[in-house]
Amino acid sequence: MLRIEFAYWLLAAFLAAAAWINLRERRLAAAAFWAVLALLFGGGTGVLAADAAGNPLPARIAGVGVLLLALLAPRMRRVQVEEVSPEMRLSSAMRLGHRLFLPALLIPGVTVLVAVLGGYMVVDGHRLFAVNQMTLTGLALASLLAVFAALRLTHAPALAAVREGRRLLDTLGWAALLPLVLAALGGVFTQSGVGQDIAHGVGLLIPVDSRLACVLAYGLGMVVFTVIMGNAFAAFPVITAGIGLPLLIELHGASPAIVGALGMLCGYCGTLLTPMAANFNIVPVALLELDSPYAVIRAQWPTALLLLVFNLVLMSALAFR
Amino acid sequence: MNYWPLLGVVVVIAGFVRRDNPVLVVVVAGVVSGLAAGFSVPDLLGLLGTSFVSNRALLLYALTLPAIGVLERAGLREHAARWIGSLRGLTLARLLASYLLLRQVLSMLGLTNVAGQAQTVRPLLAPMSEATVELRGPPLGDADRQRVRAMAAATDNIGLFFGEDVFLALGAVLLIQGFYATHGIVLAPLAIALWALPTAIAAFLIHALRVLLFERALNRRRAVVAAAEAAHAED
Repeated sequence: MLRIEFAYWLLAAFLAAAAWINLRERRLAAAAFWAVLALLFGGGTGVLAADAAGNPLPARIAGVGVLLLALLAPRMRRVQVEEVSPEMRLSSAMRLGHRLFLPALLIPGVTVLVAVLGGYMVVDGHRLFAVNQMTLTGLALASLLAVFAALRLTHAPALAAVREGRRLLDTLGWAALLPLVLAALGGVFTQSGVGQDIAHGVGLLIPVDSRLACVLAYGLGMVVFTVIMGNAFAAFPVITAGIGLPLLIELHGASPAIVGALGMLCGYCGTLLTPMAANFNIVPVALLELDSPYAVIRAQWPTALLLLVFNLVLMSALAFR
Repeated sequence: MNYWPLLGVVVVIAGFVRRDNPVLVVVVAGVVSGLAAGFSVPDLLGLLGTSFVSNRALLLYALTLPAIGVLERAGLREHAARWIGSLRGLTLARLLASYLLLRQVLSMLGLTNVAGQAQTVRPLLAPMSEATVELRGPPLGDADRQRVRAMAAATDNIGLFFGEDVFLALGAVLLIQGFYATHGIVLAPLAIALWALPTAIAAFLIHALRVLLFERALNRRRAVVAAAEAAHAED
């Protein structure tokens, strides 16, 4: 049976390869960063299993690994990794044409296929894909198939997959990890009671008997917290545990799927408004050589506010049926 | 009620204002909140470790990088550029609305890294946006040029955000599903993704309309300037 662990191990191997290449190029901070991450991915399943079995030591070592990543991240320098010459790429593009899109489209295609049909794939009475993890296992399988298709189409040597993958990984640098650490921060915030603090504060401020007041508190809470954190992923667990779950879902019986989806989208409206979302709102200012650091936010705030109103209206109209 | 864990939020704000490395800021914020909540150091390390490891699905997208890298090596970006460049008869509103739609659909399919501020906006969308305006009039002034570029960047962001969370295997839907699962509510990813669809459609309609109004205002402003210059030339 294909389990999600295989995908994590595959990713750990890729991260280890990236660490090795960086080590040979004497980029020590990057090498150490990817190596620690490779260990965390390779051992992740074991850490969770040991923790569930009552042995806290592996989880504590993983925690030290996270601290190491945080200390290494500021030392990673973004360098331009060497690429094939533009002339070669252009001539290859003219030769291959639209066929270049095919392996790229295999990734979403196979992922969706496994997500929808994976449950029916049975070999010798065993399910081919573990239930619950079908979409992610599908994504991993799709990525693997796409690599083979791309290598076959372009007649590139197999090692090119590792080299080119590492080039993109190093272009992302520590930013690749930001969604993950922000989600982890959400977990720590939840355990530390930050959500309850905020919910307690909000509970004192709003009339919790009113559905509308709760919808507004949740939606606007997502926006404000996203503006502060620069990322809706960090806001979601905190605000949903603090306001969405106790007030909307438990007290007023709202649908969790609708509250979750639209709450996240309220957060996305906040992302469009904040300089804290640097890679979306500040990086393009530099890339496009604009004078004002707020030029991009100025171009997108009306869309963000109109969509926020849309989301709030939709949530009040649909979530309580 | 212990309000000290909120110090973590203060750390996040201060760190971003000081422009420290975001990964460092976020981890320090977690440590501060945990200590303020009364966790012992070993317990806090354990909590950091398990929180990180349980969220590791969020990095699975990195598995797509080798395939995309190989295709880029073979000219994927160059081919996309030439293909889009061959489409004629574009106005600014049509260009940006088409890009918005394409970006949303690609993000819905999980192809979020196909486009982006660095990959497509700077090399393709911004210059093409300027070109569509200058095709029908004099060169852009500096202020208007900046506005056009900023609108191109905004269009990319909006297309990405309001497409990606309809995709099943990407961060947003999985984060929502994972959050509910830890609180004892089991949901299928599809049930969550479907409720993002109306907002994705609304985002397209609202932003496409805004781009159209933006182009009209821009053309009106440029016509006034052109008329004033013509009158000035007659004196």
